[in-house]
Amino acid sequence: MSDLKKIKDEFFSKLSGKLDISEINQIKSDLFGKNGLISTQFKKIGTIAESERKKFASDLNIIKDELQDLINSKTNELKSVEINEKLEKEKIDITLPERSFVRGKVHPVSQTIDEISSIFSEIGFSVEEGPDVENEYNNFTALNTPENHPARDMHDTFYLDEKMQKLLRTHTSPVQIRTMLKDKPPFKIIAPGRTYRSDSDQTHSPMFHQVEGLHIDKNINMGHLKGCLNYFIKEFFELDKIKMRFRPSHFPFTEPSAEVDIGYEIKDGKIIIGEGNQWLEILGCGMVHPNVLKNVKVDPSKFQGYAFGIGIDRLAMLKYGINDLRAFFDCDYRWLNHFGFDPLDVPTNYRGLSR
Amino acid sequence: MIITFDWLKDHLKTNLKENNLLEQLTNIGLEVESVESLSGDNELFKVAEIIKTEKHPNADRLKVCDVNIGENEIKKVVCGAENAKEGLLTIYAPPGAIIPKTKTKLVVAKIRGVTSYGMLCSESELNLSDESDGITELTKGFRKNIGKSYFSKSKSNLIDLSITPNRPDCLGVRGIARDLAASGFGKLVHLGKKKIHSKNRHTLKVKINKERDQGCNAFGSCLITNVKNSESPKWLKDKLISIGQKPISAIVDITNYVMLDINRPLHAYDADKIEKGIIVRNSKSGEEFTALDNKNYKLESGMCVISDNKGVLGLGGIIGGTRSGTEFNTKNILLESAYFEPKSIRNTAKKLNLDTDAKFRFERGIDPLSIEDGLNKAAKLIKEICGGEISKIDIQKIETYKTKKIKFNPNIFEKISGFKISLKEMIKILEDLGFEVKKDKKRLELTIPSWRPDISQEVDIVEELVRISGYEKIKYIEPIKQRKKSTLNKYQKLFHFLQRSVASKGYLEAITWSFTDKRYNDYFRDIKKEIKIINPISSELGVLRNSIFSNLILYINKNLDRGFKDLSIFEIGPIFYGSNPGEQNTVVCGLSAGKKSRLSWIEKDRNVDVFDVKRDVVQTLVEAGYNSEKFIIDNETPNYYHPGKSGRLFLNNKKNQIAAYFGEIHPNILKHIDIKTESLVGFEIFMENLELPKKTLKDLKVKFSFSDYQKSERDFAFIVNKEVKAQDLIDTISNVDESLIKDIRVFDVYEGDNIPENQKSIAISVTIQSSERTLNENDLEKINNLIIKTVEDKTGAKIRS
Repeated sequence: MSDLKKIKDEFFSKLSGKLDISEINQIKSDLFGKNGLISTQFKKIGTIAESERKKFASDLNIIKDELQDLINSKTNELKSVEINEKLEKEKIDITLPERSFVRGKVHPVSQTIDEISSIFSEIGFSVEEGPDVENEYNNFTALNTPENHPARDMHDTFYLDEKMQKLLRTHTSPVQIRTMLKDKPPFKIIAPGRTYRSDSDQTHSPMFHQVEGLHIDKNINMGHLKGCLNYFIKEFFELDKIKMRFRPSHFPFTEPSAEVDIGYEIKDGKIIIGEGNQWLEILGCGMVHPNVLKNVKVDPSKFQGYAFGIGIDRLAMLKYGINDLRAFFDCDYRWLNHFGFDPLDVPTNYRGLSR
Repeated sequence: MIITFDWLKDHLKTNLKENNLLEQLTNIGLEVESVESLSGDNELFKVAEIIKTEKHPNADRLKVCDVNIGENEIKKVVCGAENAKEGLLTIYAPPGAIIPKTKTKLVVAKIRGVTSYGMLCSESELNLSDESDGITELTKGFRKNIGKSYFSKSKSNLIDLSITPNRPDCLGVRGIARDLAASGFGKLVHLGKKKIHSKNRHTLKVKINKERDQGCNAFGSCLITNVKNSESPKWLKDKLISIGQKPISAIVDITNYVMLDINRPLHAYDADKIEKGIIVRNSKSGEEFTALDNKNYKLESGMCVISDNKGVLGLGGIIGGTRSGTEFNTKNILLESAYFEPKSIRNTAKKLNLDTDAKFRFERGIDPLSIEDGLNKAAKLIKEICGGEISKIDIQKIETYKTKKIKFNPNIFEKISGFKISLKEMIKILEDLGFEVKKDKKRLELTIPSWRPDISQEVDIVEELVRISGYEKIKYIEPIKQRKKSTLNKYQKLFHFLQRSVASKGYLEAITWSFTDKRYNDYFRDIKKEIKIINPISSELGVLRNSIFSNLILYINKNLDRGFKDLSIFEIGPIFYGSNPGEQNTVVCGLSAGKKSRLSWIEKDRNVDVFDVKRDVVQTLVEAGYNSEKFIIDNETPNYYHPGKSGRLFLNNKKNQIAAYFGEIHPNILKHIDIKTESLVGFEIFMENLELPKKTLKDLKVKFSFSDYQKSERDFAFIVNKEVKAQDLIDTISNVDESLIKDIRVFDVYEGDNIPENQKSIAISVTIQSSERTLNENDLEKINNLIIKTVEDKTGAKIRS
């Protein structure tokens, strides 16, 4: 038997046994180390007779490859055993809690404002704003509510000076005045924001939110007003149909004026909007009074249009089943958490208001 | 305005039912607020007499009353009213009755050990008036009704209407009937002119002084002599009771009835108590009189008063005085029917803080042509009920009412309402409402009824026509889905972005009031001006907030009291620095209390700290598009922050606007407010101070470039004086070679053993990379040495060996 065959047999039999990694490494070095058996054989190639040299070299290479493959597979086998043993040891209780996280929320009023803006955006309204502190002129006089007008009694006003010239705006309507004084018609705006009345009980809060709407152009009539509000209410409550009632009312800054009721019923203690035989007042509106247009230098013989004012908090209460208005501003952590919205739930035109 | 269908039928002929009525009232703009049933239960409320009172054995303020409730039945009732005394006629509610005001059902109950069978009611408990002091006192005439139901058996419900301030005419039942008739709900009953024909002279002289701002321009009156004031007859009492009013005496009841029926306020004087004659004039400053509400009023100059030689008798159109009031023994009456200017009424009432039924009506505008009708109607009733002789009517005027006319172009109707009605229909509606209509070519010439002060231009006519023809006729015109202008401007977009960005960092959004408690405001006012509200809801809400912290800290404290320990809340909203419109800023303000990772099995807990809020501020601003590499941060902050643990952030080295503050809240404030938490940190981002992005997202995405050459990281530890800021080292290093130094990180700060006192060690890792080639050891060594040298030279630092 040749040397080569001997080496092969010997080491094949060695490698067939149970070995640990250091024994394998020993074998590796015995064979392929500097003076290893295979290495030594390679050095011998030059001394072999020319006629046999080729065969010898070829045999040697085959044996080398075979041994190397065997060693590799043995090593891999050992490594996978080792990993499996490790895995066996590394079992954890996956029901233990994850690392802590906190979740922030957006206030329902903010969410509702974004919903409203998104709906009106679709039909071409843009958003305007005005300051919380107003002068008496913008809040009342320019809106056709002169001093000594009993309509002022409907607004319990907070004043900031004894002369009653500076006040906290009682409605968002002064934004109409500011917008129309600033630009030229046509106007198509909504103006959400904080409003204030010195009224405080179960159903009134001294601060609340309104959204004003104003659309002035040539030939805008009450039909446009009705269509616009009907569209808004359907979209807002995410309903295909809504029972809605326009009835006459009075606001000094609109003529004719209307209040809008929507139908509702109570089912299993929950309010269902859009049907039923009960009526719920949700907004006031009307055709902008010619006196208001004159006050802001818009020619009422050329331009006309409508305005509306909606209570945002009220809408949020109806849509999301919130019973208590005062809770909106009470900052109770539990309430904010319950009624707040995930900041990623941004109402948009393409994805809609809801998930 | 409270009416009943029965009363309405005095003026309206209709076969329709109450259900239809309620709907129709609302449809024509006379909104039905509530409908209250008077049937059933109310019959339980009986006229009764107290026949004996004793002090309650166990309570000083209570009495035990024996009450005669008719048919020889005596009930023991415990009562706390001061006016409960023997002989008083009052209203008794038996167990089982439901008290109208509170809607509670009475039961037999022991009150401090004494059993009470029912209750004696105050006027307010029965919704008769706001009078809640003491129990109802009935007049002697009710004696014969003891044991009988106080409320008449009317089947008509109490209908409460919300009348808008433009419609004074509908503060009278007839006005409501007229509107209903015009809308097709029955026919208005024609009232014949019932004029007084009298030859008796009116012997009391009346004069209206011609003064500047005279609040009275017409004063009609007549004398009724030799009357015998008594209780009203049953029909009149029932009428008043049916709408929840309490009968007083015939003369008072009659004037009330005429006012409610045709909205014509009247006033009856005891003529014998008037000295010589009546002078209607402006008050002089300091004049005083006692009004019928038993209060003494001190007048300013220029208020419209009715006076005689002795002084003020009453405030015209607002309230009469006790000196000339009618009583049961009044013999001679002066009956007044006048017109007072709404402006004058309102001014006076506001200054004296007086609100009466007459004031409410006059300030909205009384029909100036109803003076005579009112006198005729009331005087005749007085004569019928109280006897006596009526004098001629005297009307003093300083101004004559001119009828108002307008020309109406019928085309305007469709232009505004969007629908059509025929000219014939228009004319019918207007005539039914009391307009005189003349056709004048293509227009209508309209005479406005004297009872409609709200109508002055064409659009008012449109309103009448739409209202009466029905708002349901207005069409729905679908809105067009077209946008010509962007919905939000850049500022508004930023607002929404910041709001949701902060919320996404674990903060709950709160909305709190724009006003606050002065005490809390003062903690966070810094150098801002205090802005007081003249008429606050309560003293705790007396000032506009100068900072959002004042509210947030109050509410965070309340939540801590609820047992929450780790809280983060924020608000985005206005703060105020002046009382003029626009002197406000929008601030994003956050507050965080407690710990991170409290009670965690896996993470070590720690207090929230200034670097948490610093991260929230910086990350929010970075997300909003600002470059954090340009931020300049120092430690100059307002006095409500911890002076050593707070920061001020500028967006760039121009340092012209403060973008944000952040830090620990000053420990003194925590002590004053008595807040119990491990740590309280907060931030404020000032929206107006953030430069709005000039570029769109599209412009911001510049050409994409990067380097694939090898990066090297080198660590340095410098020993520096304590005052040296980490940012100084970072800035110095980044200036060494901006093209090669890609990143600088502080990974350790150390003071203590092995470091000299007043010094600290800052360890920094610098990433070096060229965009042109792979740097060799030589290059790296060079830049290394340059970094060390520059830092040592510029900051006095020493490299740690």
